[in-house]
Amino acid sequence: MTDSRAHILNRLRHHELTPQAKAPVYQKPLGLSKAQRIKSFTEKQQAVRGEVVLLNGSWTDWMDKHFKDAHLLIGTGELGDQASDLKNAKAITHYDQPIESWKPDLFEQIDVSITTSHAGLAESGTLILKPTPQEPRLMSLVPPAHVAILDANRLYENFAELMSAEDWSEMPTNLLLISGPSKTADIEQTLAYGIHGPKRLITLIVNHD
Amino acid sequence: MNQQQAFERRIDEALHNAQLRQNFRSAMDGIRQRRAEQFPDEAQLQALREQVQSIRSYSLQNQADLLEKLEAKLTENGIQVHWAANPEEANGIIANILKAADAKTVVKGKSMVSEETELNHYLEEQGIEVIESDLGEYIIQLAKEPPSHIVAPAIHKNRVEVAELFQNFHPELPYTENIDELTETARVILREKFAKADAGISGVNFAVAETGTLCLVENEGNGRLSTTAPELHIAITGIEKVIDKLTDIPPLLEILTKSATGQPITTYFNMISRPRQEGELDGPKAVHLVLLDNGRSRIRWDDELLDTLRCIRCGACMNHCPVYVHVGGHAYGSVYPGPIGLALEPQRLGLDKAGSLTSACSLCGACGEVCPVKIPLPKIINRLRAESVNNQEASTVSGKGALRHVSEAWIWKLWSMSYSSPALHKFISWAGTRMSSFIPNKLGAWTHYRTRPTPAKRTLHELAKSAGIAND
Repeated sequence: MTDSRAHILNRLRHHELTPQAKAPVYQKPLGLSKAQRIKSFTEKQQAVRGEVVLLNGSWTDWMDKHFKDAHLLIGTGELGDQASDLKNAKAITHYDQPIESWKPDLFEQIDVSITTSHAGLAESGTLILKPTPQEPRLMSLVPPAHVAILDANRLYENFAELMSAEDWSEMPTNLLLISGPSKTADIEQTLAYGIHGPKRLITLIVNHD
Repeated sequence: MNQQQAFERRIDEALHNAQLRQNFRSAMDGIRQRRAEQFPDEAQLQALREQVQSIRSYSLQNQADLLEKLEAKLTENGIQVHWAANPEEANGIIANILKAADAKTVVKGKSMVSEETELNHYLEEQGIEVIESDLGEYIIQLAKEPPSHIVAPAIHKNRVEVAELFQNFHPELPYTENIDELTETARVILREKFAKADAGISGVNFAVAETGTLCLVENEGNGRLSTTAPELHIAITGIEKVIDKLTDIPPLLEILTKSATGQPITTYFNMISRPRQEGELDGPKAVHLVLLDNGRSRIRWDDELLDTLRCIRCGACMNHCPVYVHVGGHAYGSVYPGPIGLALEPQRLGLDKAGSLTSACSLCGACGEVCPVKIPLPKIINRLRAESVNNQEASTVSGKGALRHVSEAWIWKLWSMSYSSPALHKFISWAGTRMSSFIPNKLGAWTHYRTRPTPAKRTLHELAKSAGIAND
């Protein structure tokens, strides 16, 4: 194995190329207002069958109204604490155990999960998720529906703007860009939703000034 | 049968398969249209192409250093890095990792590099069950066929063919030709596999050296499931996929998804930097990356050919290729079809094995115009075509001159002589016009679909002279 490593690196160094500087970063014009960002995010999500709701009251009230008798999956962070306000859920599971101890249940029992999101991107209608021990990775992937709560003040124009606004020198275990529910066009190039990931993606936008 | 004859036979079969041609035609027309809609501003597109070209060139210019940096950062992050010079070594490494973990079932995300190494076949021989989980890949795995397109692997199949395949393999499920229902069927079948698999295998779209991050682009979620649900994740990629910085990602991602499928962005962009950490409740406990060379380091030795390695595997070149659209991916008989296949496969495998691919090109230049990283595909294909019949020049590509025919070489020699000697040219064109009745009507393959060209009664020179146009 180490032989191949040395062999490959030697072959690469056998022909040294003259390094050239990278072209200047191509920057798109910036300057969308918050309202414009919300509008763009919403339109782009809806174009790929993502659902976007501007939240007026609490998320728990919204869930009670729209997901009656559903088995909910929630993390153990702030949202997990607020889940005690939920009145209409059939059952509430808190993701507080390693996946190995309950994997079949996650795949078969859960109807909808609720998570926070790290940020959003207006230009492409994208949610940025940074899973944590409080909100693990599979929450936004395995349940048939995923509800993500997004703070409108965390809406950036695009990926490049988000990266330059934050320190990304140490990456988390997993970072995700999610732009709509799971989809495929593998049969006759015809779009079909909900192949492996969530069939529904609902973004609840919280807009405080 | 030599490689040229085998290639021509596959082309002939494809051209006579009306269903196949219809499937490709409609799919490719749609995909080209959607791509064009994503780039309404020509100036912005060209600026973006310039930028991603320079990002990819930078990574090739500094490839050894960047690979070492990537390895160091991944190792620091807890991801184990393996180097494989050839497909056998890569397959062996992966089989050993799986065996050490006692993994018996594997779910796979889409990976063209694993097609290069024929990984599935190898693992199945070792008694390991491998399930392709991308819908297109799953369909062709059932059909026991290779991908016919690098982005849309089952593009050659229509809904009826898919419905029949599902019925054959899962007679317990209701028969349907409805695409939404077929998709639901696949979801049901594959969900159980994801829940139970011991390991996941995936490809990589970009490997970021700076942060030690493996990036995967997909729409379905099968890539995320393969890399998150099982306890073990093994990624395999070509050594050219390394890039320098995280800030290189936004332009690369944008141009990749727009070029590949005409989407502003895919549903998922999955950035993996570590295995499961202390306190985390899911994700694989071990993550491995296998870096495969398989001829790539040699491609880099030639200053012109190395541009081939900039490729980000979007498939736009094949979607726009008039040859590919007519014959489809299988006719090429190679892992990578279409223009990028014409450029890459002869370099990877040698002109003696794959040189005849370069004849599947009309030199129209469409591939070079749409390539997001500005690979001069027409130029590279043309050069490889010349090298496959010319054994004179020094080349880093193996098997040069393998397709040389003595008779063809003589014809071109005569051609070249006649054009460098006015007297000889005059004589040959005079003889051609006066003795045209001696030219046989059947001229081999040329006259299969064409009538024999009839020379004029007098040469152009004679006509010009009689019209009073001064010679020379």
